[in-house]
This record gives sequence, C-alpha cells and structure tokens, in this order.
Amino acid sequence: MSEEKKVTPAETGKEFDRRAFFVKLGLGSLGIAAAGTAAFSYQFLSPNVLYEPSPVVNAGKPENYAVDSVTLDVNSGIYLVHAQEGFFALSAVCTHLGCLTAWKPELGEHGIIACPCHGSKFYVRDPGKTPGEKIEGPAPRPLPWLQTSLSDEGDLMVDRSKQIDPMKFLRV
Amino acid sequence: MAKTITNYFDELRDTRVWRSVFRSGTGSSTLHRALAIQQNVFLHLFSTKVRTRMLSFSATWYLGTLTFGTFLILVATGIPLMFYYHPSVPQAYADTKDLQFVVSSGLFLRNLHRWSAHAMVFLVFAHMFKVFYRGAYRSPREFNWVIGVILLLITLLLSYTGYLLPWDQLAFWAITVGSNIASAVPVMGNKIHFLMLGGNMVNANALLRFYVLHCMILPLVAILLVAVHFWRIRKDGGLYAQQSEPTTVAAGALPAAAKGVQ
Repeated sequence: MSEEKKVTPAETGKEFDRRAFFVKLGLGSLGIAAAGTAAFSYQFLSPNVLYEPSPVVNAGKPENYAVDSVTLDVNSGIYLVHAQEGFFALSAVCTHLGCLTAWKPELGEHGIIACPCHGSKFYVRDPGKTPGEKIEGPAPRPLPWLQTSLSDEGDLMVDRSKQIDPMKFLRV
Repeated sequence: MAKTITNYFDELRDTRVWRSVFRSGTGSSTLHRALAIQQNVFLHLFSTKVRTRMLSFSATWYLGTLTFGTFLILVATGIPLMFYYHPSVPQAYADTKDLQFVVSSGLFLRNLHRWSAHAMVFLVFAHMFKVFYRGAYRSPREFNWVIGVILLLITLLLSYTGYLLPWDQLAFWAITVGSNIASAVPVMGNKIHFLMLGGNMVNANALLRFYVLHCMILPLVAILLVAVHFWRIRKDGGLYAQQSEPTTVAAGALPAAAKGVQ
C-alpha cells in the first residue's frame, strides 16, 4: 500500500506539471509586470527636466570685493572671499543638514562662519587654518570650495556644481 | 414629553423609508441592538457586544477614540482649506496669509487644523504608551500593534508634509533639514532625497509632491489602516481587559481571544 501510495503522487505529479507550469508562467509574468511597474514608477517620479537655478553664478566685477572681505550672497548660497592670495568661493550651505550659514565678523579673532540651525562653526580668515575648515559642531565635512573663474567680460563666475581642492585661489 | 418624543422616533423608525435605509428594524431587544451594529457599514467593524468595564475611562482613557476624533477634525478642516490654497511657489505663502486675514473663518479653520495636528501627534503617542504599559500589545494583538506603529509613522509623515505647505522660512528650512536627513540613508540616500523633493532642492516640485502626499496619498492610507486597526480590535477579542494581577491577565486573555475568533 505504502509503495502504491509512493507511486501515485509521482504519477499525479506529472499530471500536475502542466498546471505548475502555468502557475509559474502566470506568477512569472506578474513578477515581470511588477518589476516593470516599479521601473516605470521610478522613472516617472524622477524629473528629467529641472527648473532650478543655474549652478553657475555671476558674482560681478572683482573690484567690488575689497581685500580681506567676506561676502555672502544669500540667493545663491555662496561666500565670495577676497583673501591676500586671491579670490575663492565657499559654499554657504552647511554640510550637516543643508541650512544656510551666516558670516559673523564679530565672532572669534578673525570672524567665523556659523550655522544657525545646529551650531556648526567654520574658519574663514584665521591664519594657518584652511578656510571652510570646521571649528566645532555637527557638520561632518568642511564647507567645500567652489570653482571660480573669470568670464570674458571680466566678471567673477562661481560654479556651484564643481567643488575644487582647498587653497586654490583665483588671482585677478 | 420625553415619552412622546420617543414615540415619534419609534414611529419614524417604523416607516418604510427608514426601514429601507436601516435594516435592523425597530425594537430594543438584544438581537435588534446587535443588528444595529452588525448591519451598519461603519459600525460593523466593531464588536456587537462590549463589556461595560472596557468602556470605562480608566481602561483606555479613550486615547484611540480621541486620536480618531482629531483625525476627523483634520479631514473636516483640511478639505475647506484646500479650496483657498494653491500649492505653487508664488501663491502658497500668500494663500496661507489670505486664509489667516482675508477668508471668512479661514483663521479658525487653519488654527483648528494646526492644533488638531499637534493634538493628534500627542494623542497617538499617548495611545501607544497606554497600550504598551498595559501590555495590550501582546498576543493575540501583536499585528494590531504593528498596524498601530505604521499609523504612528503615517501621522508623523502627515505632520511633516503639512509643515511645508505654508511655504514660509520655518517650513522651507525644516523641510531642507528633514530631507537632508533622508540623504543619510546608505547607498541610495541621494536618490531618495531626489525622488522625495522631485529635484535637488526644496522647490516647486517638492511643494507639489508634499501637497499630494499630504492631501491624497497619506490620508487614504491612514483611512485604510485605521479601518483594519478597528476591525482587528474585534477579531483579536475586543478591547484589552486588564486585571490587576499579572497572573490572571494571561489567564483572562485567552477566553477573550477564543471568543473573538468565533
């Protein structure tokens, strides 16, 4: 009896193969459709065209910036600094959680950059310190240096999408 | 006087129109009262019979009901607010100010919406703590606890998405900070950030996405899960009744569970 019973499921198993095949086919098609839907949804939800401001900012003539000045442009979120060695641009967006930092010339001996959200502080003009380097606070990275260049008209241009190594000054 | 009103109501309940709407019929027998619950599309989620002890204030402090009450207020105030609010960058802030200073009762509706939102977050947490410290999350109610946790997250997401809509400085920087927290997710953090905002910064796309989430997607999911949450109370054996001794709690929970499964 037990042997017969062992045989029967094997036979019916062959009998069920077609059903199992169609079940797998159906589930497989549903799986492919689901994966396609996921890919479709992801692509649909990712905008292909962004109506965001250009990353390249025109900061105007270099003569407008006095030596040793730190100028914050609130709208573009950059500091334009005219140091003794030349010009450089720092991102004003805090590396912690993206708040706009502020230039505080009255704090510290040489003035610092401070974030109002969670209290990160950064060097700008302190001798021996890399501008953008963190003094204290939760910011994980220093404020990045942004690529600066001169346009054909002689305007200072800052590209916010391109970060450069620190201490690379633009001499005008 | 009271009796005549009752008589009028009984007559009303016996009319053909009433009987066509409410199928449970007249009468106040146990069966009729049970049918009044069981045959109502909204009430049939609940048990037809409840121990009066479970309805006492001390059993639950009515925290779940109060949470649901704030949710209803939020729906009732949120929909009228949508008539005056445009989720676009030039208009969102001005519309919010208009609701406060120009629209009749706009200030009342907006403030009620805001305070109810705060109250809902508070009540959801209070409800969770009450359930936790009474031990009402234990078997057979584990799954309803899980649904409750998801509802807590949806409540927080509703608060978070609603926070952006006034489009003021507070909203902008709060969402900037909050969305940057999402970027901290390993590997796909920046992708999540990009999808969430529909761009690289809090802008028109982000405002529209948060609006749709706040007014459509999250409330619908919340309503769905609240329905399951309520229904599971009955299926898991009714509201949790706690005895003072921990030993009898375990013994008392089992018959209640068995009863709910019937």
